Parts: sequence; structure tokens; C-alpha cells
Amino acid sequence: MSQLVVSPAPHLHAPSSTRSIMRDVLIALAPATLVSLIFYGWAELLLLTSCVVSCLLTEYLITRFLLKKSCTLSDGSAAVTAVLLALNLPASCPWWVAVIGSVFAIAVVKMTFGGLGQNIFNPAIAARVFLLVSFPSQMTQWTAPASLSQAWGFSSVDAVSGATPLGLVSEGLRSGQSLEQIFSEHNFSYAQMLFVNMGGSVGEISAAALLLGFAYLLVRKVIKPYTTLAIWTTIIGISMIFSMMNPSSYTDPMFNMLTGGVLMGSIFMATDYVTSPMTRNGCIIYGFGIGLQTMLIRYFGAYPEGMSFAILLMNACVPLINKMCHQTKYGRK
Amino acid sequence: MSSTIIWTVVLVTVLGTLLAMILYVVASKFKVEEDARIDEIESRLPGANCGGCGYAGCRAFAQSCVEKGNLDSNYCPVGGNEVMKKVGEVLGISVVAKAPMVAVVRCQGSCQLRPKINVYDGKLSCRVKSALYSGDTGCSWGCVGCGDCVSACQFGALSMNEQTGLPEVDESKCTACGACVKACPKSVIELRNKGPRSIRVYVACINQEKGAVARKACQAACIGCGKCAKECTHEAINVANNLAYIDFTKCKLCKKCVEACPTGAIQAVNFPVKPVKKEENGTN
Amino acid sequence: MAQIRNTFTIGGIHPADCKLSKDCAIEVLPLPEKVYVSMAQHLGAPATPIVAVGDSVKVGQVIAQPTGFISAFVHSPVSGTVKSIGPRPDLAGNKVNHIEIEVEGDEWAEGIDLSSELVSTLPEDNAVIVERIKAAGVVGLGGATFPTHVKLCPPPGKTADILIINGSECEPYLTSDYRIMLERSSEILVGVALMKKVLGVKQCVIGVEDNKPRAIESLNESLSALQTLGEAYQGIEIRPLLKKYPQGGEKQLIDAVTGRQVPSMGLPIDAGAVVQNVGTALAVYEAVQKNKPLISNVLSVTGDCLPESCQHNYQYRIGIPYRHIIECAGGMPEGAVKVISGGPMMGKAIANLDATTQKGTSAVLFLTEEQTRRKSESACIRCGRCLDACPMGLEPYLLKKLADVSDYAALEENAIQDCIECGCCLYSCPAYIPLLDIIRGAKADVMKIIKSRPRE
Repeated sequence: MSQLVVSPAPHLHAPSSTRSIMRDVLIALAPATLVSLIFYGWAELLLLTSCVVSCLLTEYLITRFLLKKSCTLSDGSAAVTAVLLALNLPASCPWWVAVIGSVFAIAVVKMTFGGLGQNIFNPAIAARVFLLVSFPSQMTQWTAPASLSQAWGFSSVDAVSGATPLGLVSEGLRSGQSLEQIFSEHNFSYAQMLFVNMGGSVGEISAAALLLGFAYLLVRKVIKPYTTLAIWTTIIGISMIFSMMNPSSYTDPMFNMLTGGVLMGSIFMATDYVTSPMTRNGCIIYGFGIGLQTMLIRYFGAYPEGMSFAILLMNACVPLINKMCHQTKYGRK
Repeated sequence: MSSTIIWTVVLVTVLGTLLAMILYVVASKFKVEEDARIDEIESRLPGANCGGCGYAGCRAFAQSCVEKGNLDSNYCPVGGNEVMKKVGEVLGISVVAKAPMVAVVRCQGSCQLRPKINVYDGKLSCRVKSALYSGDTGCSWGCVGCGDCVSACQFGALSMNEQTGLPEVDESKCTACGACVKACPKSVIELRNKGPRSIRVYVACINQEKGAVARKACQAACIGCGKCAKECTHEAINVANNLAYIDFTKCKLCKKCVEACPTGAIQAVNFPVKPVKKEENGTN
Repeated sequence: MAQIRNTFTIGGIHPADCKLSKDCAIEVLPLPEKVYVSMAQHLGAPATPIVAVGDSVKVGQVIAQPTGFISAFVHSPVSGTVKSIGPRPDLAGNKVNHIEIEVEGDEWAEGIDLSSELVSTLPEDNAVIVERIKAAGVVGLGGATFPTHVKLCPPPGKTADILIINGSECEPYLTSDYRIMLERSSEILVGVALMKKVLGVKQCVIGVEDNKPRAIESLNESLSALQTLGEAYQGIEIRPLLKKYPQGGEKQLIDAVTGRQVPSMGLPIDAGAVVQNVGTALAVYEAVQKNKPLISNVLSVTGDCLPESCQHNYQYRIGIPYRHIIECAGGMPEGAVKVISGGPMMGKAIANLDATTQKGTSAVLFLTEEQTRRKSESACIRCGRCLDACPMGLEPYLLKKLADVSDYAALEENAIQDCIECGCCLYSCPAYIPLLDIIRGAKADVMKIIKSRPRE
């Protein structure tokens, strides 16, 4: 008679694991990654490679030599951070900036707090903000999505670089132009933004690709829609009120949704498990906070964007939100 | 430009002085008067906050010593007699020395002696495991081997022996705080008299099953045969519920019982000359 | 009337159905040479043996009587001679008093109606019904094995207005309740009517999960046949429920059927409901109408590693060693590493195959290494799946964190005492953290603290 296995109930487990969740997130990021690779070519491939290699290597070295724990690379969280960071950099960003950002993300933001599950801030977003304040010129330069042949080096026309749409808008507003003038001057088109965005970080060039990823995450039940929808509602609501009050100095909802990393941030960064609240109500408060701060920064702040800062600030509030918002308990109405 | 610097310096100095004054006033106004002896006693305690004395930590122990004014029911097992003497000095009391104790694992049920019939697959915790079932072997009394005692020990005195699957006590580190005794859901660990030169004899089994049943489950089980009690000339051994127990206050360490025991359940450790059995003593 | 809903509102999970043995008709399990009848087959104090070694007993004869208020009679499942009375390891290896009986023939005690004829006329006197239920040693067969007669007599000052019968069988694999609902629906309904009469309630809902359409159909057919007979069968309703685990938990079932919730630390009666299992209803029918004590029940022998021909639903007697059942079903299947008594979510892993069946045994389930081995634990990623899964609205991740530091005050504040140990949290945790293992222990500690407090 062989030995019987004994364990406390339950004896079955759902077919999901940390690894499978991270794999799903990577799959959800695939459309955006593919689109960026197609349009930015070698530059993006270099960024992606440097982020992935340096993130994984940093985590490996830290777990192996500093913490002397078993290797945690297989859970896939470092890879997710790497891809997210790579998609959050402008294509013109030098590779060494990407490496610095990756090392910062893993070593400082993630491992210092105890690794996966313990970090207060989302590593990718914290690294992006870190790079944004440390290397402002490299980080705010935006390269127009090149034609395919240019991206892969078949023709030698240099890519045009300039500021992001939000940057152009805030610059234009400061110099006294009205929004209508700015829009017509720079030829902004929503249709173009939806499929091949006017710019910002590489990951945002196609809103459709990001939404496809969002749909995948929802179908696979990896994330719940509360945070994302709360952010969208808040941003649309606030910009609708302001743009109706003064359409020539406040940008409209559509523009705000499609630019400055709102989609990227609300779908992939704000929904990061570790740094977002546990309960539904918590997620709604958290999403509202992100949307509000984003719009405050955009309309009244010095930075043209604001999504990253808003997420980072709300990350810090998550423990408080978790303390305040609890589940509805059975029999305690 | 220079006026800016001067103003800055002046402002910071004034602010600093003001804040320092506020701090001073607050500190002196809200000072809590405490018996100075509490601090003094605390400084003499080991500071491990292990709870071995029965109090929440060293400070709580010190407070209780001062409150009671005597040390009749307070004893720091970690610091031992030396520390207690110092504590007594603070309170002006002479302290009666207590015999040093040590934690003893009363189970020899290694994988070889006690064959496994089940495999555990839950949280690695003796508490969870023993709440679920009687253990992996036929013996429902002995060590279940998940190491709750090891994690309870603040002094690193306990470790799991990978080969036997049983915990081992490092006598040089054991302070007899009793944390492991509390942590063990099977009550396998006992605090016993450390004995002269750490020599001691004890029954390394707590199985109260009838002899045949106990023996079937574990080759080193005490079968309650009573041979040891007959052999003992000091009336130190009591056999009850099919289990022998050696009263360490009466045991004269003659080792007659060790030789009499048919299963090797009685352990004699740290004797200068190795006993006839080839087993490595002192491991338990 | 409260709002009608299809399932409970908070949490819940959807494990794969795996009702592999649902098409196997109930067979009678052959008797072994010896049976060992446990004295602790019910919630509460173990029963006290009233036979002596050497006595000869008949099937259905009382061999042990209740000790205290919450306890139950135990009857001999076989005819034969009492060989020994004493402690014997149960399925967890813990020693419990058992009566060993050597089987000789199959002679039943007098007064037991063994015919299969349906007796649908209910006794007039409620006291007679309760007395017969008590004398037959009927206990709740839904898992908790709480003595049924105690449950049917609500404490003074509390009244029930609805009787809820649990036919949800929400655990994966189990099919025993399904089979009796299919094969013995009329008897179940008579049992239900008996309990309804005792409680004096107007409404009775039998909740059946919608993955068992044939059971619903069969119950409905029998019900319409019985309802032509008289008043006693009015007010009974068969309600399909959306499949979700743990629908069979009484608190969840009350929520699903009535929309009411049992207050924390309360009993179903505090929400005006009494919940009984379909198996219990059948046992009540046999006890009252046939004078047959609870000595047998139906269990499924199932598992993915078991070939189709070896899947069974057995009508077994109590006191039969699991080893005997496994032999009757064709031996230990290839690849099985764990044998579970009950369902895979709340059943107990058997450590000792020589342990015997009890009144509430519902299945012998074989699981393979791949299915059941726990993967190694990794860090909590705060995904919140345990929160979404918990049917009591607790926060298992938080309870685990608090339990690790033994913060009992905070644990109580976060309602650890409300945990029903359904296993949803551990089931859904992607980091394989043994949440329930930890919570169960901490809950026991907190319960001890709560109980030690002086009552106001």
C-alpha cells in the first residue's frame, strides 16, 4: 500500500497561478508591443531588449547575491515590468536611459520593499517618473511614427522629432494661441490617434491595440474593470465640464482620453494588483483619484501630461484606501 | 545677495531655538514619572523579549519585579541565576539559585524507526497538521516534524535534523525559555534539569499506547514494560499509562535504566564515556 | 415575500463540475465480515454504548444512546455479535470509541418496515414525528451531522417561517444527493412534508442547482402526484438555482432562496429559516414512515482516475471500512494518491483506510497527484481573488496577515469567526498561499476567546 497524501481541505485548486496571470498580462501587452515594433523598428527593438535584459538581470542578481533567495524570475513579474517600461519610453530615448530606468524599477522600487507583492509603487511607472525628472530632454522628445521602410532602416530619411500633442497644446496655450489654432496647426486627428497615435511613448501609438489588450484582460478575468472605468469616467467628466466652459483653452474629453498615456496607464499601470486597492469600492476611489489628479495636472500644472504622477500619488494612498474600504460582509447589514 | 544669506541664517537660528524650547517644555511637562529601578532592571536583562518569563517582554518583566517587590514568582530563564542575582541586587533581595534547565525532545521517531504511512501536503506547520490528523506514522503521540518549535525559538537553539525529521536542541544556545514547549501541539518538548556537566537521563517517548501497539508504530517507543522502574534504586521512575517517566529531581544518573530498556527509549546524554549503544548521543 | 434570487449574492467560485458518476444507479454495497461503528457520528458529545461484548445484535437495534442534549442514538447496521468496544483510529488517525460487530446473516430488528411501498399519510401528532426522528438517530446528512430533532425544535422565542431543503450538491464530483433525488423523489418529498408539518411553516423551498435538470424534473413530477393527495404537500416548491459553490452552505442557501442573511454568529433560525439536506429528508421519511433507523446512506465512489465501469453510487451501511468499499469498487485506481471522504472542497483526506463509514459519509473520492498536490507557495500579489471568492465577504489575505502576527482583536474585528471554511480562498489563490489552513487555526483561537467571555 503506497502512502496516502493527507492535507486540509480544499483538495482542488483553480487552474491559475501568479505565472499564468503574468503571462496573460504579457499577452495583453502583445498588440501594443507589436504595433510599436512595426512603427518604430530597430529603435523600439533596442529599447525593449535593453529593458527586458536589464530588468531580468537586476532581479536575478539581487535575489541570487543580495537576498540569497530562490530565483523569482519565473513568476514573470519582472518581464511585465520590463515590457511596460519599454512601452512607456519615447522611441528616441537612448538605450542607456532605458537600462537606468530598468535597474531603478527593479532594484529600488521593487526589491527594496521585499520584491513582488510588497512594493508600494508600480515599478514601471515609478521608473518612468524617475526618468522623466532625471532626463527631461530625452524623455520628452517624441519621434513621429515612421513609415515602415524608415523604421527598419530601408530608407534613410531621418525621423522627425518634436513634442507630444499634450506638450504642443500646453506650449501653444502658454504662447496665447487658442486650442482651435493649435489643433489646426498641428493637424491632430482622432482617427489617427486611435490607430496610429500622434505620439508620446512608444506603447501609445495605437489606442486600438491597448483596448484590445484591455478586452483580453477582462475576458480572462485577470483584472476587474472598476479602476479603469473610474479613471475614464473621471477624466471624461472633468474635461467635459471644463471644455464646455471654455472650449478654446481646455482640451476636450476625446483628446484627453487618447493622449498622454491615459489608456496605457489606466489599463496596464493603474490596474497592477500589488499597487491598487483590494476592494471594488477601493478601486473606484483610487480610479477617481487618478483621473482627478491627471486632469488637475494637465489643466493647471506645469507638466503637460500627469497620468504617471497621478498613478504614483494614488499608489501611495492604497494602504489607506485598503484600510477604509472593506468588503460587504455576509450577515452584517 | 549677502543680505539673503544673513537673513536665512538668522531665520533658521531663531526657528531652531524656538522649536528647541517648545520641545524642552513639552518633554518636561508631559514626562511620565517611572520607578528608576525598572530601567535599571531592564538594562540588566538579556533584552531578547522572548516571553520565556511569562511576560510580554523584558520591560514588562522588570515592571512586574518592581511592582511585586519580590522575585518569588519571577524568573528570567534566559539570563539564569546570574541575571536574577543582579536583578535581586537592584531590589535589595538575595536570590535563591535555581537549577539550570534545558529543552529536551522526547521523541526518537525518526523515519527509520517510525515508518511513514501518510504524506502531509498542507501548510508546513505542526499546529495545522496535528489539528488535521494524527501524523504521518502509526504513532499519534510523537513529533509531527513541521518545526513549529524551530520557528518559535528566538535563540536559534533548535534545528530540524533532515535525516531523522526531528528537532534537535543546541544545549549551548538553549535558554530554557519554554517557547518551544508552548509551540509544540503534541507536547513532545519538555524543560528538564540540565544536570551536572549537562549529564541527564530521560525517557525519549511520550506514547501512552499499550506496549504492542506502541512498538508496532515505532521501534524506539516506550512500551511501559516497567523494567526501568524495577531497576531504579532511587524511585525516580514512575510508569503510568504504559509510559515511564523519570523524575529528574530524584534521578541520580546511575544509568541502570538505560541498560534495562529493551527499546532504547531511555536516553542518557553527555556522559563522558560513551555507553554501550553505538548511537550518537547528545543528538537528542 | 422577500426578493427571489437565483443564487447567493456574495462571492463564490465555479469549480469544474466533474459529476462523473451521475448516471450510475444506486447499488447496494455488499457487507464486509466485520463492521466498526463509531460513537462520534454526529456533532456534539459521542454516544454511550449500551451493548456489551458478546451480545448478539440485530440490524436496526440501538447499540448506543445519546450523551447529553446534542447527541444521537446509534443503531447496529448489521446483525451479528459484538466483538469489542474500544478506541480505534478514525479516518484522521485519532482514537474514537467504536463498537466492533462480526456480521452474521442479515436479520432485522422487529417493527421495521422493509417494503418499498410509499407511505404518504403523515402521522397526526408532531410529537410522535419528532420522537421517531430522535429514536432513529437521524442527523443532518449535508455535512455537519447536527442531530435533526434538535434542529426541528427551535428554541423558545424563535420561529421559522420557511423550510429550505438543500438539494444543490454544489461540491464537484458528488452525485449521491442527485441519485436519491432522481430515484427516490417521492420519499424525499414525504420527508420534507413531515419536517414542514413539525415546524408548522407554510412555505418550503427545495433548492436544486440547475446543472441537475433531471433531478428537478423528477422532483416536480413526484410533487404534482403527491399534491393531489392532500393539504400536507401544498406550499412546497422546487426552485432551480444558478450553479455556484458553496450554494449548499446553509447561510448561502438562505440568501439564495429568501434574500435574507443570517446575522453574524447566529443560526439559520435567526433568519426565520430551517435548512435540511435532501438526504436528511429521506432519512426522516424512513424513520417516521418506515420506522427504519439511520444506518445506511448513499455515497459516490468517483474520481478522474477511476475508469467509467468503476464509478458507483452505493447504498452503504455505517461502520464499513473504506478499504472494503475500495475493494468492492475494483481496488485502488492507478494514479490515485489521495482518498477523500466527501467532496473535494470540504471533504476530509483519509489518512487511515481502515477507518469506517459514518452516517454523513457522502463520497469516496480519488484524486491524482496532478490534481491535488499543492504547488509551492509564493508571495501574495494582492490580486484580491480571495476577496472576490469569499462567500462571507471576508478578506482572507488580511486575515492571513493578521493571523501571522496573532492579532486576535483585529481578527475578530475582521470577522474571522464568520468563516465557514468552504475553501474558496485557497482554491482561488494564484500564489498558492495556504490561506484556509492558517485562517482555520486562527479562527479556532478567536472562537475560544469569544466563548471564554462572560455572557451579558
